[in-house]
Amino acid sequence: MGEVVTRTLTGWGLTMPSTAEVMSVFDADEIAAALADPGIRGVLARGAGRSYGDAAQNGGGLVFDLMGRTSFDIADDGSVIAYAGVVLGDLIPQLLARGRFLPVTPGTRYITVGGAIAADVHGKNHHRDGAFGDHVRWLELITADGTLHHVARDGSFDEQRIFYSTLGGMGLTGVILRACFDTIPSPTSAVCVDTERFNDLDSLMASMVAGDDNYRYSVAWIDGTAKGAKLGRGVLTRGDHAEPAQTSGQKATVVPTGAAPRFASPSIPLSPLNRLTIGLFNEAYFRRAPKNRAGEIQGLTSFFYPLDVLAGWNRVYGPGGFLQYQFAVPDADSDVVRTALERLGAIGAPSFLSVLKRFGPGRLRSPLSFPIQGWTLAIDVPTRVDGLAEVLDDLDELVLAAGGRLYLAKDSRMTPRTLERGYPQLDEFRAVRADLDPRGVFTSDLARRLQL
Amino acid sequence: MTDALSRPTSVLLVGGTSDIAIATLHALRSPVLRRVVIAARPSEGRDEVIVDLERAGYSGVEAVDFDAADTASHEAMLDTSFASGDIDVVVVAFGVLGDQLDFEAHPDHAVEAAQVNYVGGVSICLRTAQRMKLQGHGALVVLSSVAGERARRSNFVYGSTKAGLDSLASGLADSLHGSGVQVLIVRPGFVHTSMTSHLEPAPLSVTAEDVAQGVVSGLKRGSTVVYVPATLRVVMSGLRHVPRAVFRKLPI
Repeated sequence: MGEVVTRTLTGWGLTMPSTAEVMSVFDADEIAAALADPGIRGVLARGAGRSYGDAAQNGGGLVFDLMGRTSFDIADDGSVIAYAGVVLGDLIPQLLARGRFLPVTPGTRYITVGGAIAADVHGKNHHRDGAFGDHVRWLELITADGTLHHVARDGSFDEQRIFYSTLGGMGLTGVILRACFDTIPSPTSAVCVDTERFNDLDSLMASMVAGDDNYRYSVAWIDGTAKGAKLGRGVLTRGDHAEPAQTSGQKATVVPTGAAPRFASPSIPLSPLNRLTIGLFNEAYFRRAPKNRAGEIQGLTSFFYPLDVLAGWNRVYGPGGFLQYQFAVPDADSDVVRTALERLGAIGAPSFLSVLKRFGPGRLRSPLSFPIQGWTLAIDVPTRVDGLAEVLDDLDELVLAAGGRLYLAKDSRMTPRTLERGYPQLDEFRAVRADLDPRGVFTSDLARRLQL
Repeated sequence: MTDALSRPTSVLLVGGTSDIAIATLHALRSPVLRRVVIAARPSEGRDEVIVDLERAGYSGVEAVDFDAADTASHEAMLDTSFASGDIDVVVVAFGVLGDQLDFEAHPDHAVEAAQVNYVGGVSICLRTAQRMKLQGHGALVVLSSVAGERARRSNFVYGSTKAGLDSLASGLADSLHGSGVQVLIVRPGFVHTSMTSHLEPAPLSVTAEDVAQGVVSGLKRGSTVVYVPATLRVVMSGLRHVPRAVFRKLPI
């Protein structure tokens, strides 16, 4: 049996702590043995703890840490078989050496394969390539009775039901032990990037609608502090993996690894980020960006993981922590994006990370997978902003009225009703869980909070 | 689970009909609050509180029987309260003020007050702490008083019961460090409530709503001690060091 340590856990937003028994587990036998006596508070597997709220916590219960097992294999066709605790960043150098790259990567490489599947993470290429789950061939899931299920995308009906519910299932169907997923070609370790600056939201969004299909990757950084005519001004960066011919003559790009960053931001009792400094940062960032620059060769790290260079950047918002509000709405209701920026701007919510992106079609067979075709906006906000709760509750209503939803991996404040309305297939997910786990062994703080 | 904006989903008010308990509940109200347990003696007053809360639109309001002096019943009361889910915030708001001269004339009455305020408080705080430790999160809000900080001639019996409770809560806060459970000790000055309506207000007096706001900000900040009003922290710090001969004569 693995080592057990009592630990107080939070998500990346550093809010909502709870204390659990964290057990390092290595293989299916250990997991099955622990599941034989799960205790009244149940069990949850935790990855790298990069979800923002309470998704990877299980207060008073047992939390499996699978990060001790880090082995993986890359097949000739580029597909990866990895244990759930493998950190994406550790795969990248090996993949690049074979001319491949992750099929989907979020804004940090310090997440695990298990977490990527459980949250069905998306990246800058969702409009083109879908979410992480769209690239998973099969996975091994240990259910509440200790059984190891091998479930494949093209398996039997029952297998597929488990498979698709586990993609985005927030760890509530069981413990993901191992998974196989496809990768995409990356002839170099660089990205060829076009950057454009827009002075207002309308022109930015129009350009994204018109041109995103021409790029594999597209994301817009938005100045969350700009108001009035400048509301929603932003910098749109789009690109594709660079071809060798494009990178010749360039400096060799630094290959990112999963190793911890060198520079750690200090833990500080007072946040240096306030309306003034964040306003200045956003102004500077906006002005620094070129109005229009095509064909710049960027290293993968600076393109995909600009914040990974600072370990613990989540501490800069100060002791109260922060949350990230991320919603998705269909194309027809793109004005929710504008309203969100207006309302959060009106209460002076200082955000230095506001990201706008277009989603391609969602995956209907995964009841809790977040992406739906249209727009997604993610905004970081420190929790101690006055009036934040009311503004976000109001925005929830607009998002839901538009047929949109909030991202569970980011959530730290929605209501059970908001979840139900945003995810109309929630009952299907509950039915799968009831079949696989009738005693409700797998649970989390998020599951309890949202009566999931 | 209390959310990232410090909004609880469930609240247990022990001594749930007190003005401060109700004001605290109102201050903690939000769309995520879905369960409210009012622990109090069965009475018309309790029934009225329940009706008022439901009329005000609260959902999931329940009453459980609670008698502070009957510590043998506390275990079952808390079992009932925690049976249908985690409780994010427990407010310990029961207590009697009594009358100092009556206490001196009838020591039995003083003993009764001590049973309710201190002994009842010990029982509820320790039993609640056990349950919150098991759920790995939660906040225990203990209504103390500046009267417990330095006993005064005019109300030292009441003050001593709060001193005991405050001291217990303070040690409990340390013992729960790392458990995910927060203990918040609230030290108000004179509060205008039905318990004090017959008294002359002291300087720096506050309302139950002020105390409630103090609780909310203390929960948000993860504090262990909050004074209401906040300026009392400095005042009490000064008063603690006033020589006894002088303190005795102060009109407080």
